[in-house]
Amino acid sequence: MRTALALLARDVKLAWREGGAVGVALGFYLIVVVITPLGLGPDLNLLGRIAPGILWVGLLLAALLSAGRIFENDYEDGTLDVLATGPLPLSVVAGIKCLAHWLSTCIPLVLLAPVLGLLLNLPMGTFPSLGLAMLAGTPAVSFVAGIGASLTLGLRRSGLLLALLVIPLYVPILIFGVSAITPYVSGPNSIWPPFLILCALSLASVVLAPLAAAAALRSALR
Amino acid sequence: MISLANPSRFLSLVDRVVPWLSALVAILLGIGLYMSLFVAPPDYQQGETVKIMFVHVPAAWLGMFGYTLIAIAALGTLIWRHPLADVAAKTAAPIGATFTFIALVTGSLWGKPMWGTYWVWDARLTSMLILLLLYLGLIALWQAIDEPGRAGRAAAILGLVGAINIPIIKFSVDWWNTLHQPASVFRMGGSTIDPSLLTPLFVMAAGFTALFVLLHLIAMRAEILRRRVHALQQTQVERAALAEA
Amino acid sequence: MQLPFKVSLSAHDIACERGGRTLFQGLSFTLAPGEALLVSGPNGAGKTSLLRQLAGLLPLAAGRLSVTGTDEDLPVAELCHAIGHLNATKTALTVRENLAFWADFLGEGHGDLESALAAFGLTPLSAFPAGLLSAGQRRKLALSRLYAAPRPIWLLDEPSVSLDAHAVTRLDGAIRDHLKSGGIAVVATHVPLKTKFDHELALGSGRAA
Repeated sequence: MRTALALLARDVKLAWREGGAVGVALGFYLIVVVITPLGLGPDLNLLGRIAPGILWVGLLLAALLSAGRIFENDYEDGTLDVLATGPLPLSVVAGIKCLAHWLSTCIPLVLLAPVLGLLLNLPMGTFPSLGLAMLAGTPAVSFVAGIGASLTLGLRRSGLLLALLVIPLYVPILIFGVSAITPYVSGPNSIWPPFLILCALSLASVVLAPLAAAAALRSALR
Repeated sequence: MISLANPSRFLSLVDRVVPWLSALVAILLGIGLYMSLFVAPPDYQQGETVKIMFVHVPAAWLGMFGYTLIAIAALGTLIWRHPLADVAAKTAAPIGATFTFIALVTGSLWGKPMWGTYWVWDARLTSMLILLLLYLGLIALWQAIDEPGRAGRAAAILGLVGAINIPIIKFSVDWWNTLHQPASVFRMGGSTIDPSLLTPLFVMAAGFTALFVLLHLIAMRAEILRRRVHALQQTQVERAALAEA
Repeated sequence: MQLPFKVSLSAHDIACERGGRTLFQGLSFTLAPGEALLVSGPNGAGKTSLLRQLAGLLPLAAGRLSVTGTDEDLPVAELCHAIGHLNATKTALTVRENLAFWADFLGEGHGDLESALAAFGLTPLSAFPAGLLSAGQRRKLALSRLYAAPRPIWLLDEPSVSLDAHAVTRLDGAIRDHLKSGGIAVVATHVPLKTKFDHELALGSGRAA
C-alpha cells in the first residue's frame, strides 16, 4: 500500500511540476470551446442546446492530448524498467499512473467545465448533472487513454495515433455522458440510466484497462 | 536605456521607485473610485450598473497595453538584444492576462442584468477572449521551455506573430459578428460617452496604468532575483562536482 | 531482506533472441553468495540483453533461471537492482526526492535514504533539482539507488560511464562491500574495474569461463 501511494504521490507531483502541462490541457479545453461559436455563430439558443456535446468533446480531446504523458516520460528515462522490478505488479503500476492522470488532468478539466458552460449558455440548472456526469465518466477517460498510451510508447506520430486508437473506445462514454446532462428529446426521460451506465463503464475500465496496459508495456519493454 | 540594461542598477532603481509609485496608485485609484461611485451620475437606462464600466474599460485598455509592451519587448530581445527585454516580456504576460480576465469578468457581470445571460458572443468580448488565449499561449510557452535564453527568443517570436495577428483577428471577429445579427444591439459603453463620465474614467485608467507599471516592476525585480538564485545553485552544483574529482 | 544475503543465482541453458537473430544460447552459470560475474564482449554481442533477461524485462528464448537461499517466493526481478544505460532520474524532483521515492518503492519502507545520499557523496546536493546536475552527478544519483533498498543481486550495465576516477573508486568499493555481505553482482563493462571477478562470460564467442 505504501509503495502504491508513493508512486501515486510522485506521479501527481511530477504532473504539477512539469512545465505547466496541466495548464496547457486547461488552455486547450478553453480554446476548443472558444472556436466553436466562431465556427457556428453566436446564436445563444443553438449554443445552449449543443453545449453538453461540445463540453464532452472538448474534455475528451484535452484529456487525450495529455495522455501521451502517462507512460512516455518514464519510458524515455528508464524509470519504467526499474518500476517493473518493483514489488507491485505491472498492472497495478499502470493503474496507478492512470489514476494520477485522472487526478492531475481530468479533475481540473471537470472543474473548468461549468465555467466554459457559462460561455456556451448552458442552463445553470444543469450544472450539478454536468459535474456528476463528468466525475462518473472521466475515470474511464483516463484509464482507456492509458491503454492507448501504453500501445503507442515511443512511436512516431504517437499523439495522433493515440487519438485514432482511443476515440472509438470513447464513443460510449461520449454518448452516455451527454445523455446524463440533458435528456435527449427522443431518448430516456431521466438522466439516471445514462449516469449509471457511465459509472459502470468507469468501474469496468478501472479494473480491465490496467491489464491491457500492462501487457502492452511488457511488450514495449522487451 | 543602456544604463538600465545593467540588472543591478535596474534593481536599485526599482527599489527607489516602488514606494512613490505605490502612493501614486493609491491616490489615483482612491480618487477614481470616489468619483466613479459618488460623483458620476447613474445611467438613465442601466442605473448604477453602468459604473462597472469604470473598471471594465480601463482593464480592457491595459490588456491591450500589456500585449503592446510584450511586442516592444520582443523587438528588444530579437533585434537589440537588450538583456532585460525578455524579463520584461515574461513578467508582463501574467499581468496583462489578469487585466484581460478582469475585463472579461466585469463585462460578463455588466451584461447579466441587460442580456439575462452571463455571456454573449459579441465582437468586443470575443476579441478580448482571443487576446486572453494569446496571453495564455505565451505563458504556456515560457513554462514549457526550461532554458531561459531559448524560452525568451521563442516567446519573443510568438509575441511578435501574435501582435501582427491581432488587427487581423479583430477585423475577422467584427466581420463574423455582422454575419450573425443579434436580436438587439447592445453597445457597451455606447458610441458616445457623456463627459461627466469621462473624467472618472480617465482617472481610473491612469490609476490602473500606474498599478500595471508598479506590478510589472516588482515582478521584474522578482524574476531577476530568481535568475540569480538559479545561477548560484548552478555554481554550487559545479563546485560540488569539482570537489569530488 | 536480512543481511548477510544468502541468495544464489543460476542460469540453465538460457538463450536470447533479438530481431530474429540468436544472440547466444546454451549459456549456464551459477553464482554463489559473494561472487561476481564479468560480462564482456563487443558491442551488439548481447550484454545488455543478458542483463535485461536476468532483470525479467526480456523473456528467455530458452532455458530457465533459478534462485535459491530465500524464503520468500519472489521472482528474480524483485531480487535485483538493475542499473542500465539510462539513469531513471527525474529532473523535476530534487536529489533527495528521487532517492526517497526509490527507498519507498523498492525498499517498501525499509529503504535507507541517508546512506543512499552519502554513498556517492550526493548529500550536499540533496536539495537541488536533479535537472541541475552534470552527467557524472546524474550517473552517481542512478548508482545511489543501489543503496536505497537492500537487494541481493546487482545487475550493472556499463556503470562507470560518465564517472570520474574518484567515483569509479567509490563504485568499486560499493561492489566490494556488497559482495562481502553475501550479495551477487553481474557487471557488463568495457572499463576495467578493480573488482575481482570470480567468473567471466565472454559473449560473442558463445562460451562461459
